[in-house]
Amino acid sequence: MAALRSSSARLFGAAASRPALRVAAPAAVRGMAQLADGAEAHNMASDAKANLKTFQLYRWNPDKPTEKPRMQSYTLDLNKTGPMVLDALIRIKNEIDPTVTFRRSCREGICGSCAMNINGTNTLACLCRIPSEDKAEMKIYPLPHTYVVKDLVPDLTQFYKQYKSIKPYLQRDTPSPDGKEYRQSKADRKKLDGLYECILCACCSTSCPSYWWNSEEYLGPAILLQSYRWLADSRDERTAERKDALNNSMSLYRCHTILNCTRTCPKGLNPGLAIASIKKEMAF
Amino acid sequence: MIAQRVGTTALRRVAGKPNAFFTANVSKFGLAQPMSMTQTRPVATQKLTPDDAQALLAKQRLHRPVSPHLEVYDKQQTFFGSSIWQRITGSAFSGGLYVFAAAYLAAPLMGWHLESASLAASFGALPFAVKGGLKFLAAWPFAFHAINGVRHLVFDFGVGFKRQHIVKSGYYILAASTLGGAYLAFFL
Repeated sequence: MAALRSSSARLFGAAASRPALRVAAPAAVRGMAQLADGAEAHNMASDAKANLKTFQLYRWNPDKPTEKPRMQSYTLDLNKTGPMVLDALIRIKNEIDPTVTFRRSCREGICGSCAMNINGTNTLACLCRIPSEDKAEMKIYPLPHTYVVKDLVPDLTQFYKQYKSIKPYLQRDTPSPDGKEYRQSKADRKKLDGLYECILCACCSTSCPSYWWNSEEYLGPAILLQSYRWLADSRDERTAERKDALNNSMSLYRCHTILNCTRTCPKGLNPGLAIASIKKEMAF
Repeated sequence: MIAQRVGTTALRRVAGKPNAFFTANVSKFGLAQPMSMTQTRPVATQKLTPDDAQALLAKQRLHRPVSPHLEVYDKQQTFFGSSIWQRITGSAFSGGLYVFAAAYLAAPLMGWHLESASLAASFGALPFAVKGGLKFLAAWPFAFHAINGVRHLVFDFGVGFKRQHIVKSGYYILAASTLGGAYLAFFL
């Protein structure tokens, strides 16, 4: 919201310096499509200090399924836009084209909603800065090799089903000795660092070529990292069953250490290492 | 506040230039509107029963396109720094072995001369650069596959997964395999 507010505050500021009557001018006849490229760019080109940046967005509308997906460009003045790609997307939706569709929620990299492919790499739009020196166009696609619901919104049903399939909760039969909470040593708790922070944004899974070709059966880096989070938990008592569920050719061993997952994780986690740790535990 | 200002500005204009307000400015208001402060949502929503909504969803699901993947993903990660070359070089070698073995089997029937002696003789007659070049074509994939294979073995021990190390070790392996390939091709 802060970014939104600052951008709109600047806008209001700019408007106030113009003849005030314009603010009240009716905004009813806003053809979205016409406004999109030409008029906007023309409007800003007259502003000498404008720092223009063009964003190419993947568009596909489920209401017109016969039309092929296309790229649509939008030009923004970065001086009036927040620093992150999500700020730009929100501004495009608010001011240029309200039909642009994307998921977003927290704008601070904790909800994982705005995961998308930005300039060729999966990341969270809210954590990805707009490179302001670089004049090149930014290309924004939905997460790779997913079914597209609309524009930048991918269908993650399969991803969530797979998450459910690993039983991502503490499984335990023996009660704690003192009837209170299940305690862990500091060392055991430390094993969960770098695992529990995962927000399931699906950036890593959808960056993995192996997951692209085998997403029906291969669990993918995000789910395997979660798997390892429960394997590594000293309080969990179903380690053997969990390992048994992974012991087939598809679920785990489709990982060929391509390591796109580790390179793309917007939270700086290491799914590649987690998968290697599972493989090691399964082997010895 | 804004409303007040609007009022006074309008009054001032009317007072100063009564005619100009109605002629020159009217068109200006209409056309050169600033990026508007209000939003219009021309998309109308309609109520659906749960069954209808489910049916619509099922219909839409059938048409969903698969988002672009290999063609848009960072080439540096999917092609140049990736384990795909381990597979490509490995497949090339095993494929080459199968092709040569099959050809060797068929050679007497087809009248080809694939015995070691005749191959060595024809290869020895080539100029040094061509000899080295051909050898490099086989030596680079061999060196790359061997060294990168060792890296994969190291990966299996859970070592070398730091983000910076992944990129760096990839470059080191490319350099080492090029040097190794050149050595095998030209000095051996």
